Amino acid sequence: MAQKNLLGKITEKLTESLLTLSGALTTIAILFITIFLFKEGFGLFKSPAIEDGYGLYVHPENPVNQLHPLDVKNMYDEEIINWNELGGANQEIMVFRIDDVFDYYTDEDLGENYSLLPEKLGYIISDHKNIIAYVPEEFAPSVTQGSKKVKVHNTTLSDFFLGKEWLPTATPSPLFGALPLILGTLLVSLIAIVLALPLGLGVAVYLSELADERMRKFLKPVIELLAGIPSVVYGFFGLVVVAPLVQKAFNLPVGETAFTGGLILAIMALPTIISVAEDAIRNTPTAMREASLALGATQWQTIYKVVIPYAGSGISAAAVLGIGRAVGETMAVLMITGNAAVIPSTIFEPVRTIPATIAAELGEAPSGGQHFQSLFLLGCILFLISMIISIVSEMISKKKTYKSL
Amino acid sequence: MNQKFKQKAAFFLFRLFSFFIVGILISILGFIVINGISVISWEFLTESPTDGMTSGGIFPAIVGTFYLVIGSLIFAVPLGVMSAIYTTEYAGNGFIVRFIRMMTNNLASVPSIVFGLFGMALFVNKLEFGDSILAGSLTLGLLTLPLIIRTSEEALKAVPDSYRSGSLALGASKLQTIRKVVLPSALPNILTGVILSIGRVSGETAPILFTVAAYFLPNLPQSIFDQAMALPYHLYVLATSGTDLEASRPMAYGTALVLIAIVLIFNLMATFMRQRLNKKFKQN
Repeated sequence: MAQKNLLGKITEKLTESLLTLSGALTTIAILFITIFLFKEGFGLFKSPAIEDGYGLYVHPENPVNQLHPLDVKNMYDEEIINWNELGGANQEIMVFRIDDVFDYYTDEDLGENYSLLPEKLGYIISDHKNIIAYVPEEFAPSVTQGSKKVKVHNTTLSDFFLGKEWLPTATPSPLFGALPLILGTLLVSLIAIVLALPLGLGVAVYLSELADERMRKFLKPVIELLAGIPSVVYGFFGLVVVAPLVQKAFNLPVGETAFTGGLILAIMALPTIISVAEDAIRNTPTAMREASLALGATQWQTIYKVVIPYAGSGISAAAVLGIGRAVGETMAVLMITGNAAVIPSTIFEPVRTIPATIAAELGEAPSGGQHFQSLFLLGCILFLISMIISIVSEMISKKKTYKSL
Repeated sequence: MNQKFKQKAAFFLFRLFSFFIVGILISILGFIVINGISVISWEFLTESPTDGMTSGGIFPAIVGTFYLVIGSLIFAVPLGVMSAIYTTEYAGNGFIVRFIRMMTNNLASVPSIVFGLFGMALFVNKLEFGDSILAGSLTLGLLTLPLIIRTSEEALKAVPDSYRSGSLALGASKLQTIRKVVLPSALPNILTGVILSIGRVSGETAPILFTVAAYFLPNLPQSIFDQAMALPYHLYVLATSGTDLEASRPMAYGTALVLIAIVLIFNLMATFMRQRLNKKFKQN
């Protein structure tokens, strides 16, 4: 009997510790997500922004020792054509890629398995004072003939956040400027919230102040269904129905624009906005309403002068959560915003958002490479935004608003 | 008079907004149903895609989604319910509970594509599960965990304290009370949360993109380490990257209809269960 009691106590203790452990589960999950995302993402800043296994070489007398990735890209795009723009001598830049070696030597000159390639590259480089050669490290030109390796800068935080060009697969230097993606995300979310907030607030007021029980019983499931429709279905609907409509209505070359994305995102954010705002409005004390009505105010005056100000913090929380929904949405946006990674100048242009970029490119990015890391860094941004939004919305909805009355 | 007119105008506008929302739902559902219904047939539901996804059926995608739902629930339901038991029955109301609740809310607000990234980094690469049903299920399970925790917490809180006191007064231990008294009475409400999660999990695309989803598989998955097709991803593929977009459109409509039917049936089930349960509680 005593033994059974002891066994029972042990099981009880064990179960309790198991329960405690599972209580910590979400905290552990958040911790893990943070670690994995940031570890992978920040790897981007730790290696030079040049394709893995490649190097850039110049003539030993060339004073240029290091280059910014953007300069490298511009040199190979022939937008920078003179070394003096980069602090070198006044001579035209001669761009050299590994394939160009056949302009100087035949296959036989290079020996078996290209064993003579490093030596020949050395000759080519020492013959041209204005050369920049982009070659695999495996065939790095021998120094004896005269060549100098140029250091390419690592991508920096400001390159990432302020860079205007997102060219993650460009050679020799990929560019990871996330500004167009960040602005695209903000633009689409802004359009969504501008459309959804007044609409959602109106419905919330109707549901909590005006609708009778029957109407509410009908509308509540409607809103829940709207929230339940998978985002890929919204994307499909947007692609087949809304995008052509937008194209026709505004006479555009393509229907997949920031505006189209904002429109669909507005619908997707509505259920969140409505339910949070409705809760806030419903929580206004009846005494407040009655006091206002007793003073002779109409029902509408009571709503917009008493109820809405009182529910103000809850309504702002609704707006913030709605934005959060829009910022993180992936599939619908991927399908209907046109996916052009350029800084938009109007809302009727294709844009590309952060989540859509991750979804579109992660499949093709080699695991562990810079492109892969840059997408994780984008994930870090999204993760941080969602954390901030979650904490801010909690803070505002907790704040009492008696003062504002 | 002026005030009365303003009130009338405002209320009219709000009513209009509400009908507008109903209109949106009807037009989305109507569009999918009208275009998809003619595609649905026994063959569509039980055969594999053929001819570069322009004909045949979506059976492998249905099976894949079924596996993913089961897999994620096996992981998320026990852990979620246990976590809820801890916060409602054990942890009291101090700092720890507030912190845990904040973390649960934070996890709930993490965008689904971030779960996809995380699942890929941890389950697919680090733990070397590869693109597999296991990795996808764990990722989806993590995604739905906050929902299960939240609904379970509410369910447990709805159990009257008199039940607990009664059981404890009869000499039952705390654990016995939870197992034999609290959990059984909270079970229907917990189930509502589980049903909601089924709807959520079967519709998610972003988390499975890089953890399990396959474009096309000739055979059904044989083990939890195999890739699988899934309905939402299949719809995405059909809508955007098929070999012949025009020809695969009917398939896309059909897939969308099946997907939306599954998701909405589970959502409606949860709604009605909740309404009935609320009524029952009120009667008590």
